[in-house]
Amino acid sequence: MSRRVVITGVGAVTPLGVGARPLFERWAAGECGIVDGLGRCADFDPADHLTRKEARRTDRFAQLALAAADEALAQAGWNGAPPVDATRAACIVGTGIGGLESLGRQHDVLRDEGPGRVSPLAVPLMMANAAAAAVAMRRGLRGPSFATASACAAGADAIGTALRLIRSGQADAAVAGGAEAALTPLARSAFEAMGATSECGVSRPFDARRDGFVMGEGAGVLVLEAADVAEARDAEPLAELRGYGASSDAHHITAPDPSGEGAAAAIRAALADAGAAPADVDYVNAHGTSTPLNDRSETMALKLALGEHAARIPVSSTKSVIGHLLGAAGAVEAVATVLALRGRLAPPTVGFEEREEGLDLDYVPGEARPLPAGGLALSDSFGFGGHNAVLCISVS
Amino acid sequence: MPVSATREHVEEVIFEALAKLGPERDQITREATFESLDIDSLDLVELAQVIEDEFGVEMKSEDAERLETVGDAIDLVVSRAS
Repeated sequence: MSRRVVITGVGAVTPLGVGARPLFERWAAGECGIVDGLGRCADFDPADHLTRKEARRTDRFAQLALAAADEALAQAGWNGAPPVDATRAACIVGTGIGGLESLGRQHDVLRDEGPGRVSPLAVPLMMANAAAAAVAMRRGLRGPSFATASACAAGADAIGTALRLIRSGQADAAVAGGAEAALTPLARSAFEAMGATSECGVSRPFDARRDGFVMGEGAGVLVLEAADVAEARDAEPLAELRGYGASSDAHHITAPDPSGEGAAAAIRAALADAGAAPADVDYVNAHGTSTPLNDRSETMALKLALGEHAARIPVSSTKSVIGHLLGAAGAVEAVATVLALRGRLAPPTVGFEEREEGLDLDYVPGEARPLPAGGLALSDSFGFGGHNAVLCISVS
Repeated sequence: MPVSATREHVEEVIFEALAKLGPERDQITREATFESLDIDSLDLVELAQVIEDEFGVEMKSEDAERLETVGDAIDLVVSRAS
């Protein structure tokens, strides 16, 4: 019997506000944080969370991660040092892109002022592992620490990797999540050029009128602990991280396998890892990007993996209210899933109104839907490159 | 030509640059050590860039390694700029 892993804290910074509660409560109320076609964390002020020096030495994506980690660790009751041997506390924070804003700024310096004026902080600001490093340094986490890089599956892969580190005995606890802050003109142009983003600036996953995703920024962090560790220190688990499944489409660099087979394999693997059956699933927090291709192939994947049960359960997309947070998405959505299970409420896919043939699951139009007590949920994440990562979470 | 490097002016520029790097303004004195101000080698490279822009004085990493206090940096700039 492998070690059980519980979630003892969650934190998030999203376009719905600073904190996991505003994310869940505002989403459940049908409120949308997207403004002018972008999901910005407008309420986030680095000065509220960081010293001047920390703020200077971190890109925005790492700043968002630090704030989300603070919230999660406070909830977990980690005051100061980790409650386990520090070398057995891991820190895994994924990102899709890393410190893009800093990279752009330093490129401007190189072009305008010459190579001698590029900042000595350029590398530590832009490196993709900067968020993992910043959180580990600030909190004295001295176990395995790195970033996962699997585009929009990175946040979920970070959490799944942390689960495996604890189960395998390499760590006793982990701070895991994802962070992204790539709302720069370059990234926006790049996603637009590939036809991935919405021209009308509206995120409406699974709706017949959907025309691409809306870019967002933010961070989500979970505190994971071996169940025996949490129990020994009388920490109250919020939920259990039951399983993680990953797979690859091996199909196309950006388009998902239209059959949904690749994603279905990850869903099946997550359930098997959790020791759960399709009929045990009460809720799916969908990847649901609002792109024509994803929402169709994800629907196919859910039907393949869950069979007829797929049509009986609520399936909703957090991206309908915050947009697509890329490498942070899977982590923020895992946070939202924990709170949905605990609140016994499946928030709606806001803006979903018009059905498309073949997209016939219950996407929770209109209002939040009650969930049973002691529920079990899946959180899907799929990345460019064909990376599929699915988490299975339950509450008692 | 760079502006004249009077001791007062050098002190003013260095104090101001250091304040942007993190420490509180009232911690920054001639006697304060870089260590006490939590100014590390990366910060000193940034300080060197400001000094070169302002006074045309190059402060190499081996120079920076020998600096202990803020006053040491001021003295180095004044001696090289004159």
